[in-house]
Amino acid sequence: MIGYIIRRIGQSVIVLLGVTLLTFLLSHIIPGGAARAALGPRATPLQIQQFNQINGYNLPLWDQFYQYVRGLLLHLNLGYSYKNNQSVLSLIQERLPKTLVLVGISTVLAVLIAIPLGVLQVVRRNRPIDYTLTGLSFIFYAMPPFLLGTLLIMYFAVDLKWFSVSAPQASSVGGILADPRALVLPVVTLAAITVAQFSRYMRSSMMEAMTEDYVRTARAKGAGKWRVLFLHALRNALIPIITLLGLSLPNIVGGALITETVFNYPGMGLLTTQAALNTDVPLLLGTTFIATLAVVAGSFIADLLYAVVDPRVRYA
Amino acid sequence: MTLGQDPMLLQGAVAEERGEALVGEIGPSGGEATSRGGLGRQLLSVFLEHKLAVIGAAVIVFMVLFCFLGPVFYSTNQTSTQLALLNSTQNSPPGGANPLGTDPSGFDMLGRIMFGGQTSLEVGFAAAGIATVVGVIWGATAGFLGGWVDALMMRIVDILLSVPLLFLLITLAVIFHSSVGLLILVIGFTSWLAPARLVRGETLTLRVREYVQAVRVMGGGGRRIVFRHIIPNTVGTIVVNATFQVADAILLLAALGFIGLGVPSPQTDWGTMLASGVNGALNGYWWQIYPVGIAIVLVVVAFNFVGDALRDAFEVRLQRR
Repeated sequence: MIGYIIRRIGQSVIVLLGVTLLTFLLSHIIPGGAARAALGPRATPLQIQQFNQINGYNLPLWDQFYQYVRGLLLHLNLGYSYKNNQSVLSLIQERLPKTLVLVGISTVLAVLIAIPLGVLQVVRRNRPIDYTLTGLSFIFYAMPPFLLGTLLIMYFAVDLKWFSVSAPQASSVGGILADPRALVLPVVTLAAITVAQFSRYMRSSMMEAMTEDYVRTARAKGAGKWRVLFLHALRNALIPIITLLGLSLPNIVGGALITETVFNYPGMGLLTTQAALNTDVPLLLGTTFIATLAVVAGSFIADLLYAVVDPRVRYA
Repeated sequence: MTLGQDPMLLQGAVAEERGEALVGEIGPSGGEATSRGGLGRQLLSVFLEHKLAVIGAAVIVFMVLFCFLGPVFYSTNQTSTQLALLNSTQNSPPGGANPLGTDPSGFDMLGRIMFGGQTSLEVGFAAAGIATVVGVIWGATAGFLGGWVDALMMRIVDILLSVPLLFLLITLAVIFHSSVGLLILVIGFTSWLAPARLVRGETLTLRVREYVQAVRVMGGGGRRIVFRHIIPNTVGTIVVNATFQVADAILLLAALGFIGLGVPSPQTDWGTMLASGVNGALNGYWWQIYPVGIAIVLVVVAFNFVGDALRDAFEVRLQRR
């Protein structure tokens, strides 16, 4: 197990190093360079030269990359947002916990809904309920989150007035959790698409487990229908779902970006869309890097869980 | 060995015992890609068994005709606000001269769905094409060469896969400023990772097959093996994945459009239309989001149905081998 963890940490470090290189290179392909982006189109050549001198942009590329990684590791230096006149790190620090709350709650909710749905579809396979749920999952999978979010706002916030149109605007995580009613629509929007994807996988994973030899053996030994279903098939069918959870994290984080924009939820996604509209490239690269960091950490945890659940992975 | 009553099965078993290969309607198993009329017909028959897939294919054909040929029969002005306003008013409800109403600038919604759909479908198909070509070549090369080249190429895929696609896409769209051509390139070059992984996996099993070894013995070079023998034999995986890629590309463009990074005006796409319709919808102008929203969902579901059926069709072919 320890060997497995060390190997897995090594992989994560390589991935993170690669992502660092990627964001570093992207920050260098801005047309006109970082100086032009920071000082604006009217900057004189002298000003640009001074800016490059001060910020080390005239050093060789490898040296700049070394300084970049050093700054990142020692000072968590993600760059500076000239548009906001604030460091990227301090901007993200305020927003990241709120995004984690949104992603966390809706992912847990999605898994809790998708698993029983998938099992139900296998128990009632090829019956009307199975077809209905399959059809619904197709529609929700194809529905862009911003369309679903807008429809939810139209019905439940504008027409019925059950929930507020906008997400909680509190500056702290505690403030957001203190107003759970305002959190309902964003969480439902983000969860619905994940449920659609997960329940489809759950159905096929469960279907496959039901054809396995151990299920037939359990039946032959006289185990009841529900015992076979939950203790034998479900437990094994859940294993691939853990992997799926790790793999779909980038999608969920991307979905959070859209959901936050629709509901004006003050998280990292909204920060990113605002940065995009301001053409604030340093901030965009910062949020991209942090979102990737969250995904790498999440899939690392998913893989550890996978190893805990499935001994074959541990000893391989 | 127990034999069933199925005559085909019996025939097969007899042929097997004689040490003959069973020559059926299936055609050559592997080897150089040749014309395959019989195979095509077989795939078609499995595909047609899926009613949903037939419906999906019909929807796709309909939407393509609707968007590209529709304006010929239903001509509206979609580029100049002033001209549009001459014939209609802003935010007018469906009826009369505007079957689906008008948008905040006075553009006719029905005509605009055709106009925006052209961009959405073009970007969807073109980006999926780029992603598939890049992914297939990348994956086949990595799998075929193996060793440290494979390790390096697949680490690059791993690294890019862990970056949330939408974040990367937004960053690239901002850096390069959006135009239809660049959006195609940006979506295409950020979506090739899945096909690369799939094709690499298949290449690993294909490159040790006898017919690949035979080509090598006969002096066929690496490029010939990859392009004439390995890639044609992964065509099932490629086609199925490409179908899903189109759906994903349409959704990605819609997301970019919603954020405000879609195609620049006077052009438009379905995502940009939805974004501008959201405010109207909150004022009760439902016709500004429902038709275009339904268009997106319909096309994406249709591509998913077709992809699922194609997967089944190719799997059946593999099972019968």
